[in-house]
Amino acid sequence: MKKLRYALFTGCTAKESTPEQMMSTMAVAKKLGIELVELTEASCCGASHLQDYDDFLSLVLNARNIAYAEKHGLTMVTICNTCQLNTAMTKHRLDHNPELKAKVNAKLAEVGLSYRGTSEITHFLYAIIDDFGLDEIKKMVVKPLSQFNIAPFYGCHNIRPSELQNESHKSAENPYRPTSLDELIIACGGVNVDYVEKNKCCGFHAELQAPRTAAILTGNAVAGAMDANADWMVTPCPLCHLKLDTQTHHASVAIGREVSLPVLHMQQMLGLALGCTSEELGLKHHVTNVNFI
Amino acid sequence: MGTHKITTQDVTFKVFRFNADEDYLPYYKEYKMEVTSEEVVLDILNRIKWDHDGSFSYRRSCRHGICGACAIKVNGRSTLACKESMNDMIELFGNEITIEPLSIKRAVKDMIIDKADFWEKHAQVQPYIVSDIDDNPESENLVSPEEAERLLDSDLCIQCGACHYACPAVEVNEDFIGPAAFAAAYRFEADVRDQAGTSRISEVNQEFQGVWDCVKCYECQEACPKEVDPIEKITKLHNMIFAKGVATNNVATRHAVGFKHSIAKHGLLDEGELVRYSEGNIGVMKHVPVAIKMFTKGKIVLPWNMPKSDKLDEIKKLVKSSSTAKF
Repeated sequence: MKKLRYALFTGCTAKESTPEQMMSTMAVAKKLGIELVELTEASCCGASHLQDYDDFLSLVLNARNIAYAEKHGLTMVTICNTCQLNTAMTKHRLDHNPELKAKVNAKLAEVGLSYRGTSEITHFLYAIIDDFGLDEIKKMVVKPLSQFNIAPFYGCHNIRPSELQNESHKSAENPYRPTSLDELIIACGGVNVDYVEKNKCCGFHAELQAPRTAAILTGNAVAGAMDANADWMVTPCPLCHLKLDTQTHHASVAIGREVSLPVLHMQQMLGLALGCTSEELGLKHHVTNVNFI
Repeated sequence: MGTHKITTQDVTFKVFRFNADEDYLPYYKEYKMEVTSEEVVLDILNRIKWDHDGSFSYRRSCRHGICGACAIKVNGRSTLACKESMNDMIELFGNEITIEPLSIKRAVKDMIIDKADFWEKHAQVQPYIVSDIDDNPESENLVSPEEAERLLDSDLCIQCGACHYACPAVEVNEDFIGPAAFAAAYRFEADVRDQAGTSRISEVNQEFQGVWDCVKCYECQEACPKEVDPIEKITKLHNMIFAKGVATNNVATRHAVGFKHSIAKHGLLDEGELVRYSEGNIGVMKHVPVAIKMFTKGKIVLPWNMPKSDKLDEIKKLVKSSSTAKF
């Protein structure tokens, strides 16, 4: 197989509150022989909030990030669902609106950059599934996760809006019946758990503005996974991870029931199956202890 | 023209049944049917009623996707029964199909729900043009095609409730106005003839009920059978709140604005500072217990270690030159 190379847009949490996500991404890429060229010039994507204040500024900043991936001539890989949404949404809007693209490029020209629309944007989960392939993953699994019932938690911004999903990924999935994460669990030798909340919202984006709403959604998600006999949860989104890993106390109070499960990043789950050590995967950086390793 | 081949498939339908007058609890009844590739979901509802149980109840009217009466959920997915092809549903969900009302907790009889909250929320946003109508106008009140474009298809809403009852924030917060009424609010805010001033936009700016409580899950966009894209309108309302100067200084507005401050300073988001800036120095205290737990796990970057984007000067320059909003 040709060596896979991508431009990595880390997003902010990988550098701050989820160091384990960065560590496990690099560890898994190394195991799989995938080269990730980090876009160190990239800014925050605005996390679906900056656009509420200043939509144009959000477009310009995201177009700048994509422009750097284009400079490398590489597909941009994201490791956060919301980064994926914001960059893919920017690409979608600019590629479908020449006037808007010209306006944004007029700004980028001030710093000697331009957005052309030549780089694809995909989440690392889909890069692995579409480009590396689950059959190849299966061949590389050295420590199958066969003793675990694992609850996939997809995270909204990887599966909705499906319009972007269809543009970004070869294996576009349906938001009402997503399969990618289930298939990755199976490829890692684990048992995938089905539950209603797996494609629902964790509440992260309203945590400060609507804490009660956010806490109930978190509680429902963890409770759903627990009731389906999951040993732990797995997610491709660091924001979902933060919510499910660090906020279970508030969630438990909000839904009137003690809920808590270890939550792994998709990269950590894959890393375990590929034989990475818990140190390499940063498993000690979880608030809800990963008690099974 | 070639002849279109009609195929058939065996499907088991698990159908939600409940009669508020007789039942304490809802139950699911199974119906096995041979479904042809030509049928839509509404055909199945009709066959249940006509061939199996005459008491089965559901709303239907136009059969052309325009009255909005027949919105239900198929395997948890909001849909208009008259528009949705059974073939597509079988392809997506397989040969076991669950049919439920849009909102189980609002069920009155089978598929029929009490939509009172939907209509109350709708009424709350003044879903009409507010204007002093001249009874004897000298000329027509023309709207140009460009001005009509600004509605961004928000006028296509048929008030079926698919998005409202797909919204998780509606589900857990009875005060939340919800995506359908927000789209209606935008439809009239964007209308050049409207003279509501700040009364409508202030209503959707209120904490606990307004656009700030949106969780940004995009369920509404997926659920809408008319491609109204309610979350796009929610973003537009956020922008209008700032543009019309009704934004109040609170945790939600500071949270949106805080991203700009952080990006201008570091390129990346300073997570800790965003929480402090949004909550204020007193409000932030409630986050301390979780922050301590996170700190002990190496999840908090201290201010003096805050990472910065390379070529930060570019970002600073762009933030300065590309900003279009004020707060």
